[in-house]
Amino acid sequence: MIREVAIAGVGWSGFRSITPDLSYKELMYEAAARAYEEAGIDPRRDVDSFVTVGEDYNEGVSIFDEYVPDQLGALHRPVQTIAGEGIHGLAAGVMQILTGQFDVVVVEAHSKASNILTLPYVLAFAFDPVFNRPLAAHPYYVAGMEMLRYMAETGTTHAECASVAAKNRNNALLNPLAGYGGAVTIDDVLNSEPVSEPLTRLECAGHSDGAIVLVLADGETARALTDKPIWVNGVGWANDTFWLESRAWGVARYARDAAEMAYRTAGIRSPRNEIDFAEIDDTFAYKELQHLEALGLCPAGTAGPWTAEGGTALTGELPVNPSGGAQGEGHLLDATGLARVLEVVQQLRGEAGQRQIENAEVGLAFGWRGVPTTGGAAVILSNR
Amino acid sequence: MNGNRVAVIGAGMTKFVRRAQETAKELAWEAAHLALASCEMTLDDVDAVVIGTAPDAFDGVHMKSEYLSDGCGAWGKPVMRGYVGGGTGVFAAIQGWYHVASGLFDTVLVVCEEKMSSCQPHPQGAFLTIFDHTTERPLKPNLLWIFALEMNAYMNRYGLDKRDIATVAVKNKRNAADHPAALLGDPDITVDDILNTEVMAWPVQRGDVSPISDGAVALVMSANHVARRATPKPVWVEGVGWNLDTAYWTNRDLSYPVYVEEAARMAYKMAGVTEPRKQIHIAEPYDPFDYKELHHLEGLMLFDKGEAPRAAADGVTQRDGDLPVCPSGGLLGVGNPIAAAGLMKVAEIFWQLRGEAGPRQVPGNPKRGLAQAWGDLMQVGTVIVMGV
Repeated sequence: MIREVAIAGVGWSGFRSITPDLSYKELMYEAAARAYEEAGIDPRRDVDSFVTVGEDYNEGVSIFDEYVPDQLGALHRPVQTIAGEGIHGLAAGVMQILTGQFDVVVVEAHSKASNILTLPYVLAFAFDPVFNRPLAAHPYYVAGMEMLRYMAETGTTHAECASVAAKNRNNALLNPLAGYGGAVTIDDVLNSEPVSEPLTRLECAGHSDGAIVLVLADGETARALTDKPIWVNGVGWANDTFWLESRAWGVARYARDAAEMAYRTAGIRSPRNEIDFAEIDDTFAYKELQHLEALGLCPAGTAGPWTAEGGTALTGELPVNPSGGAQGEGHLLDATGLARVLEVVQQLRGEAGQRQIENAEVGLAFGWRGVPTTGGAAVILSNR
Repeated sequence: MNGNRVAVIGAGMTKFVRRAQETAKELAWEAAHLALASCEMTLDDVDAVVIGTAPDAFDGVHMKSEYLSDGCGAWGKPVMRGYVGGGTGVFAAIQGWYHVASGLFDTVLVVCEEKMSSCQPHPQGAFLTIFDHTTERPLKPNLLWIFALEMNAYMNRYGLDKRDIATVAVKNKRNAADHPAALLGDPDITVDDILNTEVMAWPVQRGDVSPISDGAVALVMSANHVARRATPKPVWVEGVGWNLDTAYWTNRDLSYPVYVEEAARMAYKMAGVTEPRKQIHIAEPYDPFDYKELHHLEGLMLFDKGEAPRAAADGVTQRDGDLPVCPSGGLLGVGNPIAAAGLMKVAEIFWQLRGEAGPRQVPGNPKRGLAQAWGDLMQVGTVIVMGV
């Protein structure tokens, strides 16, 4: 990349399964105030541009961009919304800094999932209105079908998929931000009720409310703002086709392509050797395995056994989702990817408390837009 | 500037129509295909795709850019949707600019699509959902009402005559008669025709308002080294700006769009434009209502506050005037498929600066032009300055 870019401050609010005491504006305000405090900046004076991430149907208003400036301190400033994954928003902020026209860019994403009384019905509006929506099925059927296909193509077992949920929910017990931690066993996961067979309830992330704000800055500014800049070494994002009928089901092509771009921009040739830990989308337990393989962190078909043997545990060769992931923290709608980024930042700063990974220097975060989409985004961060 | 210099090298658009038979994906692809063909490129030359489209409520499709992505040529590519309400069309070009200027991509395809006709019985129903759910929505507000408030504020502040404002609608609908993709072109329309249309919400009459439309527009934007090889006539992006005002629109002075001024200042600064009235030769400000064109010309600092209506009545903004404004026919004439309409303005500046606008071509070989859009709750300004 043609200019150094770093994360100079992070802030968050949450994460909790319900937040009746806070509006989404208050969630955003709390996260933003924390991030500005940490970076020592005044948004009205020091920020050149703001990027928020949101989807109208999740917010319950059309043109959600209208409702973001006040609580971010962004009045009369350049502000835009990205209708995408949180890491797409991060990538937009990185691109703005790379142009040389902006030195400090703030990126925000949030979830007020508890306000959505009929989340599966809202999600069903994402299906093709002509070909798929008339089937009127719960949207998670796509995940159930994909899981079957993934298991059939790779030979992965259901118990191996379930081991992801058990690992992540146990990791979450060490994370004060996580609301879905539990001493869950593989049998607990397998024996929970089916959602869309073979997918069980404990393999599906619950939902959380919360907000995350990042302060991005060019290298020079970041060094002036903080002693612990976390460098953005590379970003990448990509889509497979939206058609259910013609997409790749067994392989996460979008994750492969997004990672390829992220590795290329970061100059990474051998991801498995150059990345110390990863925070990757685990909205459904099997997704962590499918994404691990697509991201090139292990050979195709090996993520299941590797995970079941503890290779991706907190103390394993490549810790994956030390935060507990979406399984442990809850799914934060469009902010889920930034929750992954937040954990990577805390680990790289050595601020991850009981779940701190020793000598972590390079981390990967990957976010997926969820069913029924094939959109994903990746970022490589480091502390050196 | 650290980043790449960026040019627009191709553009294409569908017809703007009241009700398209094509699906949203088909509209998007038609525009994308035309834009690529105009600079002899294929999808293999495209490194990333930018999508612009306004509320999901029109189509009733959640995460609309995911649905549109393969229609926009984004299969297997990085694709991102930026969103600033009605300002999205021009913002999509700005987003295309920063994709290329970042150095991450050499060539980006920018596609804006809108299909309002699928919203039944009328897209005003979708617009109800743009208002604050607690303080405003219970009043069942309508977009026409709030623009009537704004138009009233503007007219009262400067003592304006509706007849002067109506000249904008006449000019743009006449200009649109020369646009092959236009929905409401009319070479013979008069000020009296506009003033005799039915009252929607005083002082807004039907003739003051742009039509609901379906359509799509696409641009190809490239870095310096690609652009110079691809075309002898690249149109350079010289400056971009965008700016957002408070969501609490009831607390604002509606008679002047300060957010447009801030966006213009940002774009002028980047473009090195110090005297916009001399250095901008042609303008495509956002004109969903006739008074908005005047409002925005003042926000863009191309006329003094309250002076734009007089200038319009005097013919300054005609295609052969001192400052041709909306030579395309604008939203009032060509149509208003929200995001696509904004990008149509950028495409018009591209064609005009290349001398390719056919019967719409303004005389005098313009060298620098700007396009501007506006949106959210009368709240956001997006500006792009381009030159040859």
